Amino acid sequence: MKQINAGKFVFTGELEPVKTMNLEEVIEGAKILKDHVVAINITDNPTAFGYMNALVPSYMIQKEVGVEAVYQVTTRDRNRLALLSDLLAAGALGIKNVLALTGDHTTVGDTPQAKPVFDLDSATLVYMLRKMIDEGLDLNNNEIKNPPKFNIGIAAAPNADPLEAEILKIERKVKLGVDFIQTQCVYSVEQVKNFLEATSYLKTPILIGIAPFKSISMMKWMVQYVPGIKVPSEIQETLFKAKKKGGKEAVYEANIEIFSELLRGIRKTTNATGIHMMAIGFEWIVPKIIERAGII
Amino acid sequence: MIIVQQKPLNEIFEMTKNLKSLLIVGCDGCASIIQVGGERQAQVLKTLLEMEKKVKGEETPVIKAISILRQCDRQVAATALNPLREDYEAILSLGCGVGVQTISEVCKPTLIIPANDTKFLGMHDTRKGKFQELCSACGECILFETGGICPITRCAKSLLNGPCGGQSKGKCEVGGGKNDCAWILIFNSLKDRNRLDLFTKFRPPKDYRLSGHPREIGGEDEDQEVSS
Repeated sequence: MKQINAGKFVFTGELEPVKTMNLEEVIEGAKILKDHVVAINITDNPTAFGYMNALVPSYMIQKEVGVEAVYQVTTRDRNRLALLSDLLAAGALGIKNVLALTGDHTTVGDTPQAKPVFDLDSATLVYMLRKMIDEGLDLNNNEIKNPPKFNIGIAAAPNADPLEAEILKIERKVKLGVDFIQTQCVYSVEQVKNFLEATSYLKTPILIGIAPFKSISMMKWMVQYVPGIKVPSEIQETLFKAKKKGGKEAVYEANIEIFSELLRGIRKTTNATGIHMMAIGFEWIVPKIIERAGII
Repeated sequence: MIIVQQKPLNEIFEMTKNLKSLLIVGCDGCASIIQVGGERQAQVLKTLLEMEKKVKGEETPVIKAISILRQCDRQVAATALNPLREDYEAILSLGCGVGVQTISEVCKPTLIIPANDTKFLGMHDTRKGKFQELCSACGECILFETGGICPITRCAKSLLNGPCGGQSKGKCEVGGGKNDCAWILIFNSLKDRNRLDLFTKFRPPKDYRLSGHPREIGGEDEDQEVSS
């Protein structure tokens, strides 16, 4: 947050603790990202897949790698009591940033029979966090001894249609008090411009989400299943052609070219606070994209 | 309206097997209006049960089919059923879960069998020929703030501050994009009414004690209790 407040163009990264008790991959990913990002998000059962709890890897990348974590917290799996417990634990472990999310519905994940909780939503979670941080109180005004100090982040969907409803929803949360916004992935500078223009009145730092494609099948999956994802046909065609010509390696190279170009465009023509890079499982591409863009 | 749906016949046959006599009771309330549990359906079920016994070559029980005004009214149910219940080994109710339980209470110790599954509180959309859940009876109505559309019931996550990122062009990702996103419906409804201020308003965490079971209203004065 210090670098954001100082007006520096920043990058954040993202890591996914998967269905394992092994922390090595997260640690390795954090090491790759460390010199290029100011913080790394640790996801909380993304798309409702049951993975390792996000708090432990958040703590471990801070302790072992020395990079700040953005501890993602969804309201899907825990009620307000459990959320409070985990947030106090996060504070005790030195977590500085929390991304407050509602979370994807259980039925889209790998355990669709689970009872969805949603006792709170992302807005009421922000409300609870603010009470904890600003007043040292829980939701029922009970005193918290030594309350945590977090920077609060929220997510936003620049692809949302209708966008007006999305903007008003963000406004609702910003009014409660949030420190930064990270967006879902976007694939065109135009989209970034539209979104930043529509949200400029909120005066909140916004990091634009960028997610390169690990493979052609991942791109197809995202286009088909992720709500609101719009991948311009030129990008799709370039990647298809690359795959035909040179296989996997050529797809990676095309990714670096496409996304460094996008990054350059965002940096040069918008007033985005920074970029949130999501390259789950191929973190090595993040430094290459940033270097190719040559904008640091 | 309380929306009910008849159980599979095999289930009803299983629950009614070996009975010597059976009183089938329809309900003239919701179940009758949606043509699932009125007098006509009671008569049809009587015929089906008799046919099933005949096909199996079993002895046909004595079956009577009637319908009463409201199964969910203790006094109505008691008045209508008390003169009959002793003549039958069991009562098959075509009412909702409330009706079944009311009859079970007033017709002790006669065995009670539910013929229906109670689905939800909803509306009958005759144009589309379907029933739609609209209210969860959560105990704390916010329909004023949400343009007359209940997010507790119609949002898959029951969000108080939606929409979430799971909607696309007004459709919810839960259920494969077929269902409307309640929060986009709310947005459009409030926009049409020029009340987007209500949309942007923050709604604090819900008090789930209000929807915690079991719930009761009134009845503090025991003298007023209706005798069965």
